[in-house]
Amino acid sequence: MAVKKFSTKYEAAWSDADQLLLCLDTGTWRTKRPVVDKEKCTYCGLCAIYCPPQCMITRPDFFEPNLNFCKGCGICAKECLRGAITMRPEGDFTS
Amino acid sequence: MKAKQGELKVMTGNSAAAYGAMLCRPDVVASYPITPQTEVVEQLSRFHADGTLEAEMIEVEGENSAMNAVAAATLAGGRAFTATSSWGLVYMYDAVLQAAGFRAPVVMANVNRETPGILAVSSGQQDMIQTRDTGWIQVIVENSQEILDTIIMAFRLAEDYDIQLPVMVNYDGFYISYLAEGVRIPAREDVDRFLSVLKTQPQRTIMDPTRPIGAGSHGLMTEFMELRYRHCAALDRAKKKFDDIDKDYGDFFGRSYGGQIEEYRTEDADFVILTSGSAVGTSRTVVDAKRTEGVKVGLIKLRMFRPFPQEKLIKAIKGKKAVGVIDRSVNFGWNCGPIYSELRALTPEIGNIPILSFIDGLASIDITKPHIERVIDDVANAAKGKPYQAVTWIPLEERE
Repeated sequence: MAVKKFSTKYEAAWSDADQLLLCLDTGTWRTKRPVVDKEKCTYCGLCAIYCPPQCMITRPDFFEPNLNFCKGCGICAKECLRGAITMRPEGDFTS
Repeated sequence: MKAKQGELKVMTGNSAAAYGAMLCRPDVVASYPITPQTEVVEQLSRFHADGTLEAEMIEVEGENSAMNAVAAATLAGGRAFTATSSWGLVYMYDAVLQAAGFRAPVVMANVNRETPGILAVSSGQQDMIQTRDTGWIQVIVENSQEILDTIIMAFRLAEDYDIQLPVMVNYDGFYISYLAEGVRIPAREDVDRFLSVLKTQPQRTIMDPTRPIGAGSHGLMTEFMELRYRHCAALDRAKKKFDDIDKDYGDFFGRSYGGQIEEYRTEDADFVILTSGSAVGTSRTVVDAKRTEGVKVGLIKLRMFRPFPQEKLIKAIKGKKAVGVIDRSVNFGWNCGPIYSELRALTPEIGNIPILSFIDGLASIDITKPHIERVIDDVANAAKGKPYQAVTWIPLEERE
């Protein structure tokens, strides 16, 4: 058998999860993106609690998604009591 | 350095499996009883109750939970053992695949029995055949002593840093499972010493609460393909590793079984027969009898079924005039024996010689001496260039 170099680090199906549960490249699945209105955000943390891949990043006084892992499910927007998160189509963004 | 000669005790194959597992000091045992394996669970429970086995015995409600429990235990760095048969193996099927995919070094005794479809509480290797593409290492053994010894070797193989794969040790249900014969039980400290090689190796990746890690992820495209490739490469390495472990075992305990295959009187043989499991013992006797009549027949015992010992078989068979394969199961669709069809795939390397398939011993039909004599006669005729029948269902086809 001839393959010498692998992109995976481990012999078996392990992946580092030191950044919460962020071990799969789920960001590529997204068709809609959560946008946080920093003025409305009261820093309650509900979005971070409900986020399935646990990708909400804690900023000094608000939360925002890590777009490398956010799959655009919209649960954060649904759960936010202040309506501070809106889901916007990926096509609206250039990056 | 030699091991002490172990205590000799009369025991069944199932007891030998339980002794083998107990001597390896597993951390976790989870197993659900099923005929003809039940006695393995009973014996392990007895060891646990009297303090001989200091393992966590997880009482499970079925085989699926059993396999998930032992696979998870090995991912957490433990040593784990389970045993099953037929319906039980089918019931844990997704977990069997999971264990292999996770590279969980579980050791499982599988007591061969016919599979669902026709209710057959009887012997047959079909259950093992149904799981041949799961990515497990599969070994087939012949008698009680070999069960005990091979389970100890299986832990060395499964947990080896270069392998990290689950190993299934198969033995014929109803025949070897219940047959009582003398078995040497190695001393505990000698088994500890034999397995201590594993402690000198690097630590395989395991679950550790202080270091968050995902198990079984990486399910996408190239990464998935890499993991499959690594899995196949590990299976490839397992062949030589199994030979080496068998040799080590022989040097230390004084018993060895040839590794991937065992050759018996093949060197000067004109033709050979290939079989596995309990049929090998009877075949040896018949080969000896035929030899006294001047028939130059040899016998190959297949011990490793997955990975398939291609190189060893090519070396053993190349130059022979014909081969007969006795299977205790069927290959649906090819309509012949499964070990036979695997061997046929080696035709380019071994040469275009007659290869004959014999299906025998399904559902506890005895593979008798007359049956094997007939196999040898048929293969001898084919070796002489006479026309032959490719597939013969021995008990259903009277000799003309």
